[in-house]
Amino acid sequence: MKDQRPSRAGESGFSRRAFLQGSGAAAAATALAAGSGVAEAADDKTKVLGPGPTAITLKVNGADRQVTVEPRTTLLEALRFKLNLTGAKPVSVDDSSGASMVIIDGKPASANTILAVACVGKKIQTVESLGGSKPDPVVTAFLHNDAMQCGFCTPGFVVAVRAFLDKNPKATEDQIRKGLNSNLCRCGTYANVIQAALEVVKGGSRG
Amino acid sequence: MAKKYSWPDRGTTALLGKPQDRIDGIAKATGAAKYTYDVNFDKMLIARVLGSPHAHCKIKSIDFSAAEKIPGVVKCMAMKEPGNEVRWQGDPIAAVAGESEGAVAEGLKAIKVEIEPLDVYVKDADLAAAEAAGRTGKVAKNVQLEREAGDDDDEDKFAEQEIERLLKESAVVVEAHYGIDVITHMCLEPHGATVQWEGDKLNAYLSTQNVSGTAGQFASPLGITTGDVTVICDFIGGGFGSKFQVDNFNVTAAKIAKEVGRPVKLMLDRDIELKTAGCRPSGYIDVRIGADKEGVVTVWDSQHWGTFGATAGGVDQGVIPYVFNPKNRRRRATPIITNASPSRAWRAPNHPQACAMSQTAYDDIAAKLGLNSYDVFLRNLASVSNEKQNVYQAEMEIAAKLIGWKDKWHPHGKGPKKGAVVSGLGMAIHTWGGGGQPSNTNITIHPDGAVEATLGSQDLGTGTRTAIAIITAETFGLPLAGVKVNIGSSKYPPSAASGGSVTIASVSESTRRAAQDALLKIFELASKKLESEPENLEAKDGRIQVKSDTKKSLSWKEACSLLGMMPLEVKGEFKRRDDQGLSSSQVGGVQMAEVEVDRDTGVVRMKKFVLVQDMGLVINPKCAQSQMYGAAIMGIAYALFEQRILDPTTGAFLNAEIADYKLPRLGDVGEIVVEIYQPDDEYNRGVVGLGEPPVISPGAAISNAVCNALGVRVPVLPLTPKRVLEALERARKA
Ligand code: FES
Repeated sequence: MKDQRPSRAGESGFSRRAFLQGSGAAAAATALAAGSGVAEAADDKTKVLGPGPTAITLKVNGADRQVTVEPRTTLLEALRFKLNLTGAKPVSVDDSSGASMVIIDGKPASANTILAVACVGKKIQTVESLGGSKPDPVVTAFLHNDAMQCGFCTPGFVVAVRAFLDKNPKATEDQIRKGLNSNLCRCGTYANVIQAALEVVKGGSRG
Repeated sequence: MAKKYSWPDRGTTALLGKPQDRIDGIAKATGAAKYTYDVNFDKMLIARVLGSPHAHCKIKSIDFSAAEKIPGVVKCMAMKEPGNEVRWQGDPIAAVAGESEGAVAEGLKAIKVEIEPLDVYVKDADLAAAEAAGRTGKVAKNVQLEREAGDDDDEDKFAEQEIERLLKESAVVVEAHYGIDVITHMCLEPHGATVQWEGDKLNAYLSTQNVSGTAGQFASPLGITTGDVTVICDFIGGGFGSKFQVDNFNVTAAKIAKEVGRPVKLMLDRDIELKTAGCRPSGYIDVRIGADKEGVVTVWDSQHWGTFGATAGGVDQGVIPYVFNPKNRRRRATPIITNASPSRAWRAPNHPQACAMSQTAYDDIAAKLGLNSYDVFLRNLASVSNEKQNVYQAEMEIAAKLIGWKDKWHPHGKGPKKGAVVSGLGMAIHTWGGGGQPSNTNITIHPDGAVEATLGSQDLGTGTRTAIAIITAETFGLPLAGVKVNIGSSKYPPSAASGGSVTIASVSESTRRAAQDALLKIFELASKKLESEPENLEAKDGRIQVKSDTKKSLSWKEACSLLGMMPLEVKGEFKRRDDQGLSSSQVGGVQMAEVEVDRDTGVVRMKKFVLVQDMGLVINPKCAQSQMYGAAIMGIAYALFEQRILDPTTGAFLNAEIADYKLPRLGDVGEIVVEIYQPDDEYNRGVVGLGEPPVISPGAAISNAVCNALGVRVPVLPLTPKRVLEALERARKA
C-alpha cells in the first residue's frame, strides 16, 4: 500500500513550512539545486535558479504553459494563481489532507509539497482534465453517489480515487477502505466515496 | 381563507421526494466550482494574518520596518493597537499583503511585536482549579421538583433535602462524572475573503453561511453604506456554524485593498484557522441519578462546567438531562473563562455535549441494574420533553432491526471475547427544531419558457441549489434542467442564514410560494387559449393541460409565449409563523453504534453505525442521506478522535494542523446505515431542516457501546486509546 501514498515532503528533501518560514529566497534556491534533481549539471557546475522570479514551462493537462515563478513557489501556488487552475485546494501545509492532489507523471502527488520548478519536464494532470464534455467515470460516479457535500475536498478526492483505481482497477471494498486514506473530508462523505469507487470498479458511470 | 399553498400529494410527484443528483455536482467534482479561495483577479495581492503567539498579553508595539523591506511585501497593517489585550493564542494582530505566498510568509516572520505577558489560564476540565484561579462566571441554576416548597421554606434547602430523600428512596443510584472536550470547526476552506473595489463600491467574495446578512458588517467599519457592498459566495467549503459573521481580518483585507488600489485575497492559514476561527464549548459534569428498579429515572442532580473560551458561557443547563425530562431535577452550570478563542455555534449548539453528558448516565443506570439499555431508554420515553415519544419508539424499533440489537446485545462487559477484543452496542436519542426562517424567492419566467429562481441563500453542502430546482421544476412540470437557480449574492432577495438547520425549510417555503403564484399567472393566460378555467389546469410533463381532458394542452413554451415581450417576475415571501403547512419544525432521531475495543491497546474500532431520522417531507432523499452519513462521521470524529489540545501553562494550541488534529479517514468509519423515517404523517407536516440533528447522538451512542463492550465507562470524549486504558486501569484498582 505504501507506494499508493502521495510523495511525502521529506522525501524530496524539503519541508514547505521550514522553507517558507525559515529561509530567504537565496538559501532556498541553493537548497533546490542540491536536492530537487531539476537543476541541470553544466560543466560540473550546478545551475542555480533564482533567487528572483524565473520563467519556466510546465506541461499541464497536455499543454505547455509558460509561467514566471520564484524558486520557492509551490506547484499549488503556480497552478492556482498563475494558471487559474483552482481545482487543487490549499487545505494543509503538508500533504496530510490530500486536497491539493494532482497526478505527476502518472503518480498521485500533493501540489503543495512540491515546487513548481521541480515539475519542469514532468507531465502534470489536474482535476480539471477529468471534466469537460465527457467527464471521467470517477467524476460521474461521484455525482451519482453524491460523494460530496460542501465539495471543497472533492476535487482532491476525485484525483485520489482516479489514481488509486488506475493502480487497482479491480479493488474490493476492503482494499478501497484501506487504500484511500490519503484524503480528508470534514463534511464526512466517505461512505459515498466508497460507493462511487465501487461503481467505477464495476464498470458503472461510463461516459 | 382556504389554504393557498400546498405540496403535491405523496406519490404524485415527478421529482420531489425522489433521489436527484446535485445540479452543481459536476462543477464541484471537477474543480469548476469557484469558492472564495478560488476567486482570482488581475494584480491581486495575497494577504495573511499574524496571530498572537501568546495566549494572554498586552501589545506594547508592532514594528513593520523589517517586514516592509522584504521584496514582494506590499502592505503591512496592524489589527491591534498598543495597549490592546490579546486573550488567546492565534488572535490576529497584524496582516501582510504581498505578491506571493513566499513573500508574505517572510513578511509575517519579520514583524516585531513587543508584548507584556499576562497570566494564562486554560484548564477547563478542573472546576476547583478554575474557582481557585477566579476564572469562573456566574452559576446558572434550574430546579424542578414534583413536591413544591412551602411558603416558609428556604427554597435551596428544601431542594437539597428533597433530592437527598428521593435519592435515598431510589432503587438504584448512579454517581458519575462524564465530559467532552473542546473541538474546532476545521472548515476545509478556511475563513477569509477575496475583496475588490470598484470605486467606492466593495465586492466581497466571502466564505459565509450568511450571504444576505453580512454586507452591513463590512459597510459600517469601512464607512460606506450597506448598499455599496455586494457579498458573493457561490460555494462555501464548510462552515458548521463558524461562518456567520464578517471577521476583523476580512475588513482588514478590504482596508488594504482600498489603500493599495488592488484586489486582495486574505484566507487564514490552517493553524490560525484552528486557533481563532471557531470551536465548540467543552462540558464536564458530576451527576447523581436515582431510578426505580425498572430503570425509570425519578431524580437527577447535576453540576456541570466547561468553557466558551475568553467569554463566559457553556452548555446550557436547560438541555440537561438531554431529551429526557424526569420529574425531579436540579441542574447547575458554571462557565469557566479561559485564554482560548471564543466558541462559535458548532452544528447543533449545546445538544451533542448535553447528550454525551446525560444519556451516558441513563445507560449506566441500565448497566447497574443489569437491564438491557434498549428497555431503559424505551421506559424513559414517557418523560421526553418534545412529545415525540411515538416517533422515538418507532425509530428505535427500526434502528434495532438494522443493527441486530436483539441478537448482539449482551449485559455490559459480559460479551464474547476474541483475544483481547470485546464488542458492544450503544444507543442515544436526540431532538432539534429545524423550522423555516424568513426567506424570499424571485421566480422569473421568460417568454421563451426559460425559468429562473433567484434568492440570497447559500449551499453549505445541503444541496440547496438542487432543492430549489426540484421544487421549481416540480411545480411547473418541467425537468430539473429546465430551471436555473441563482443563489450566493447579497443583491438577491434576502433569505435566511444557514444556521439551526433552517436552510431547506426556508428556501422551500419561499420557492414553492413563488412558483405556485407564478404558475397561477401562467394558468390565467393559458386558460383563454384552452377555453377552460385556470383552476381546471395542471402543469405536467412540460405541458399546461386541462385536467379532465389532457389532449387540450399547450407546451410550456407555448404557454410562456403568451407573456408577450416581458418576462413574468413573481416574488414568494415567507415570514415566520405564517403557517400554511409547507414547513414545520421539531424532529427526533435514534442512533445505535456497534464497536470493537481492544483491551490491550485501548483502540476503539467502529463496526457499524445506524441512524434513523425523521425530517418531515424530504425534498431530495439523496442529499438528505448524505447529510446523515456526514453527521455520523463527524460524530464518530468527536467521539473517538477529535480534541483541541492546549498546553496547560502557556495556552499554546499544540495540534493546530491537519496532520496533528486527529479526524477519521475513510478506513476509520466502518459501515454506516442511514434510514429516513417518513410515514405519511411526516410527509404531510411539510419540510423540516436536517443538518444538525444527526450529529447529536453519536458521542453518547458510541460511549455507551464502548461501555457495553468493556463493562467500564470511559467517562470523557474523545475515547482515545490512552483514556480507554486509564479507565480499565482504574477499574482494576477499584
Ligand atoms: S465535502 Fe466538505 S470537506 Fe469534503
